[in-house]
Amino acid sequence: MQLTDKHREYWGKNLRLTAVLLAIWFVATFVAIYFARELNEIVILGFPLGFYMGAQGALIIYVLVIWFYARSMNKLDQEYGVQEGEE
Amino acid sequence: MSALTQSQFFSQLKKYYTFYTGGFIAFVIVLAILEQMGVPNRIIGYIFLFATIALYAGIGIMSKTADVAEYYVAGRRVPAIFNGMATGADWMSAASFIGMAGTLYLAGFDGLAFVMGWTGGYVLVALFLAPYLRKFGQFTIPDFLGARYGGNIPRTIGVIAAIICSFVYVVAQIYGVGIITARFTGIEFQYGVWLGLAGILVCSFLGGMRAVTWTQVAQYIILIIAYLIPVVWLSLAHTGNPIPQVAYGQALQKVTALENELNDATTVKGAAEASARAAHKAKQDEFEGKLKALDEAVTAGQGDAFLAAERTAAGSPADFPADIAALKEKWSKAADGHKKASGAVSAHATAFAGKGAEKKLLKDNPNASAEEVAAAQAEDEAASDVKRRNFLALVLCLMVGTASLPHILMRYYTTPSVREARKSVFWSLFFIFLLYFTAPALAVLAKYEVYSNLVGTSFASLPAWVSNWAAVDATLMKIADINGDGIVQLAEITIGGDLIVLATPEIAGLPYVISGLVAAGGLAAALSTADGLLLTIANALSHDVYYKMLDPHASTVRRLTVAKTLLLVVAAIAAYTASLKPGNILFLVGAAFSLAASAFFPALVLGVFWKRANKLGAILGMIAGLGVCIYYMVITYEFFGGVPANEWWSIKPIAAGVFGIPIGFLGVIIGSLISPAPAKEVQELVDHVRYPNLEGSVSTQTS
Repeated sequence: MQLTDKHREYWGKNLRLTAVLLAIWFVATFVAIYFARELNEIVILGFPLGFYMGAQGALIIYVLVIWFYARSMNKLDQEYGVQEGEE
Repeated sequence: MSALTQSQFFSQLKKYYTFYTGGFIAFVIVLAILEQMGVPNRIIGYIFLFATIALYAGIGIMSKTADVAEYYVAGRRVPAIFNGMATGADWMSAASFIGMAGTLYLAGFDGLAFVMGWTGGYVLVALFLAPYLRKFGQFTIPDFLGARYGGNIPRTIGVIAAIICSFVYVVAQIYGVGIITARFTGIEFQYGVWLGLAGILVCSFLGGMRAVTWTQVAQYIILIIAYLIPVVWLSLAHTGNPIPQVAYGQALQKVTALENELNDATTVKGAAEASARAAHKAKQDEFEGKLKALDEAVTAGQGDAFLAAERTAAGSPADFPADIAALKEKWSKAADGHKKASGAVSAHATAFAGKGAEKKLLKDNPNASAEEVAAAQAEDEAASDVKRRNFLALVLCLMVGTASLPHILMRYYTTPSVREARKSVFWSLFFIFLLYFTAPALAVLAKYEVYSNLVGTSFASLPAWVSNWAAVDATLMKIADINGDGIVQLAEITIGGDLIVLATPEIAGLPYVISGLVAAGGLAAALSTADGLLLTIANALSHDVYYKMLDPHASTVRRLTVAKTLLLVVAAIAAYTASLKPGNILFLVGAAFSLAASAFFPALVLGVFWKRANKLGAILGMIAGLGVCIYYMVITYEFFGGVPANEWWSIKPIAAGVFGIPIGFLGVIIGSLISPAPAKEVQELVDHVRYPNLEGSVSTQTS
């Protein structure tokens, strides 16, 4: 079938959201590790920040990223009328 | 149950599992009462083992099925939250449950690569794969490759890669089952393996994915209760705060202070450590001297005489090495062990510690010139950079590998809709996160206990958990007064990683019933992962090879018979392999991530996100990715006859995927561009998977 402009817009928005969330994932993981030695100089509540990012900070960010993606995409489906029918 | 609507089904499930959780807690309480009444520990261990296996078998029998969609994808009606729990149990293996905290204890910051890698991969699953695979809606991962790229070649490569990755992984799980059974019941390892296998098979054999799903949910509940109770208790006992993830910041600061004290020879404790380390150094020199003498004797052709003399000198014990090679191995191991113990305590939170060249130089030669110091500093920095590079590479491989392992991806076929699949990835990571975000806290709390309470006590009054574990298994806990001062020094304790989780209940002063619970949790983790993996292998063979390639007209009954027969065969081969105790199993499990990442990820992701990707591209990308990855492992890993000198940019073989993944992407892109664009139907298929609901598009779902 032929895709309408609305469909293309939906896919474009999906790609943009995916790219932004992927960038967050990348920073929380690879940039944080790369600068772990420097981040460890900062200590919050007894945790050196570089260590904390690897042990817990990055994990919390991952959970939030996935939660946000699921919520936004499920809304976007509704908005563009591509959601699935009820069971 | 098929007459129920999805929401009725969901509320019924909630009721069942709430009831089940309550029942399980009551069961633990009853056992605790029995323990107080004097029932021996061994019996409690048996009851835990057999009651939980019987429970899983019961769920398996209740969920038996003769329907193809039920067998392969649990009827596609698993609600997001339950699929999340099942994925959590499927994902967390014996290594996560028992080994993770221990790895963090031993490796400190460097061990965090596993914590990050094994969670961050779910971001990739959520963004790139789960919703699209769900929309595609068939049975296996090779199914997607077959439909998207056409022809049997991409499917076949997919089947081969899925089997390689899943098989090494399942062997490790069955091995874990054998170890746990042996340790807690006294049954021999070889029998433990087959007993565990029976527990795995009753589920998957009768009910396929449907039985495995509902068993995995039950197993998740057991494993998370078993993991959290002892850690919360330990945290409360040591810091007065029941939330270990917050409380361990304090403990970490104290651990860091103790590390400095132990490394400082001017303090009392530090001086005692220094003397213990010096004793280790002397032992190391002694063994190295012996090894040299042995080598000289062998060169002179008198190796056997030397061996005989050593045996007599040792009083001819029964376990004395039988030949020169064994003696050599024993002595090198001893020399290595003493060398390790003679080094300074490494700092837990320090990222990518250098090799200490500067420190060593200043200690050996306090008047070293500025150039010498600068050279040593540069050496340290280079070592630190290599560590960082390997950490980054390993995290990447583990993450992309997570997003490529067929037994995980397959689980997202079982949700009722794309919407539920997206939510389900969130629940999966949330349930996995509960354990992974606790492990670093447990490692630090255990370290604090050892550094502050165990170090400095006298050998005459060791805590009970130390003497108990030292008596049970010397690979887990070894303690010896090497400098003869009657006081425990850190350098005198050797701890095996698995000890941390296993001994936590005792360190926290909890009754034996909690130790039994931890064993049941470890068993649940190993069994659930093994179930998912076995099903993946058997389904790749029965669905992709037999039904899709050999006999597309086979009847439903015949397809299920073939699937179940293959399941038995694969399970038996895996159990047999595990019973041989392959030594390199841990490396192979790590390698499975690199292999899966290189083989699957580029072809799967570009299949959805790049319409131009075609058959030649997929074939080229998968073969090149997998090929480079295997080639790198073979040339660098000793087990395959490689040497570390062949490493590229000092990357360890376990992270071979860091080369395989980009080559895989490159292969797909080049192969696709040099051959014609895929047919219109394939492009429509891509549109079909991109939109949860596209009116008038093709339908791919097999219900």
